[in-house]
Amino acid sequence: MRLINIKPGRALALFLALLPFVLVLIAYAVGSDIRLSANPQDKLLPAPATVVETMQRLVTEGDRRTGRILFWHDTWASLQRLGLGIGISALVGLMFGLIIGLLPLARSALAQFVAVLSMIPPLALLPILFIVFGLGELSKVVLIVIGTLPFIIRDLSQRVLEIPQELIVKAQTLGASSWVIATRIALPQVMPRLIQAVRLSLGPAWLFLIAAEAIASDLGLGYRIFLVRRYLAMDVILTYVIWITFLAFAMDWMLRRASRRFFPWAEDGL
Amino acid sequence: MSFVTVQDLFQTYDDRPILERVNVQVDEGEFIAIVGASGCGKSTFLRLLLAQEYPTRGAVRIAGAAPAREPGLDRGIVFQKYSVFPHMTVRENIVAGESMRTRWGRFFGSSLKAARTRADETLARIGLDHVAENYPATLSGGMQQRLAIGQALAARPRILLLDEPFGALDPGTRLSMHDFLQDLRTETGMTVFMVTHDLEEAFKLGDRVLVFDKPRWDPHDPSRYGATITYDFDACDGGIPFQRLKEDTHVLQAK
Repeated sequence: MRLINIKPGRALALFLALLPFVLVLIAYAVGSDIRLSANPQDKLLPAPATVVETMQRLVTEGDRRTGRILFWHDTWASLQRLGLGIGISALVGLMFGLIIGLLPLARSALAQFVAVLSMIPPLALLPILFIVFGLGELSKVVLIVIGTLPFIIRDLSQRVLEIPQELIVKAQTLGASSWVIATRIALPQVMPRLIQAVRLSLGPAWLFLIAAEAIASDLGLGYRIFLVRRYLAMDVILTYVIWITFLAFAMDWMLRRASRRFFPWAEDGL
Repeated sequence: MSFVTVQDLFQTYDDRPILERVNVQVDEGEFIAIVGASGCGKSTFLRLLLAQEYPTRGAVRIAGAAPAREPGLDRGIVFQKYSVFPHMTVRENIVAGESMRTRWGRFFGSSLKAARTRADETLARIGLDHVAENYPATLSGGMQQRLAIGQALAARPRILLLDEPFGALDPGTRLSMHDFLQDLRTETGMTVFMVTHDLEEAFKLGDRVLVFDKPRWDPHDPSRYGATITYDFDACDGGIPFQRLKEDTHVLQAK
């Protein structure tokens, strides 16, 4: 039988899905054990047990000075920045995507402009943002918006253009105005695509968030990682990295669920 | 005065003539079938009727009105596919036939309720009442086309344009769609233009069959000349009206 025709059963599929995770864990445990047996003071690869211990300490014990549990405060601050940035990007991107996709006049005026804007490396703008918007929340949110908005605009305007011309013509023969075509035909049809674009933008959004927090902040997941880096506190860093990964995965999963739930007619497109 | 007047119509794409000097007059309530080889401007002609394109020369007038510059309420269209809105349920699609022309594109409150009742009547007539809550993607090809025709008629257009509406259907479904279309026509008396590849279908459904072809042909440059209407058949009685005429006048009838 050809390899391309061999499909795993349910149990085997589950086993295969878990296998890489288990392998990575084992590799880490072995590596950590080798280093620790050579030098018990080694900080680079703390034992898995140490990491779990640190994890428990981080999520339950408050800061010695203020009594706040920093882990949750960091999480809340970062999620707020991320949500605000991505939310603004999605909203503005949707608006411009519809306008550029539907109106040839706007397309002529804006499509090339957005294409050029999207080539600017957002991190290169970070110093300007810090100078213009200060070191507070605003500059971090703006960095996420600048980093993700051009992609969302370009993706959505392309999706609007891909709506079959037949549907647009049909709507016109039913007497729909440009406004009605935008809100009743194009908008609902690109909504699943918007969720898709947001899902793809989450990766870059986290990157920009952590970069901004690393440089200037006093709270946030990225800030904490770069703070404890000075003490080589690998157990804390690993805890935060695992937590960020989990948050990103959970967001992606929820967006996918939302898309299935609210746009059942677009099932095959997702 | 005829209902639809096509006068001296030319269409050229980048110096390549597609249609040349098309003239035709159509009375209200006629069913016009349009046939011709691929690339002979049938679909271009339909797009010009729809006002999706603007002709290089000449004009299409409906009931003597000024030539339209964009598709509008007076022309209904059913394409081979993508003719219904995939994000609306079957009932919403029919309601959209009436609501798209409003300011917000939808009905509210009592007018929504009334439109839904009317939509349900339409759905019962076109045999789709049992799938009113479904999305079009779950329907078969024939059902989707019935829905598309029902939606186009809900807007009450002055002429109905069909662009190979049954081209993607299997033969059995196609026959039942013919019955469906003929029933609807006797009911509404609508003026219909239908582009089709199927000659049999054209003569079965049409009152007239227009044939598009190139009257002049340059063997060294096949795209040199455009197409026009080369035949205009009377297709009542399956395309043999003169036979019927002879039988009516020359054959002794039993009294």
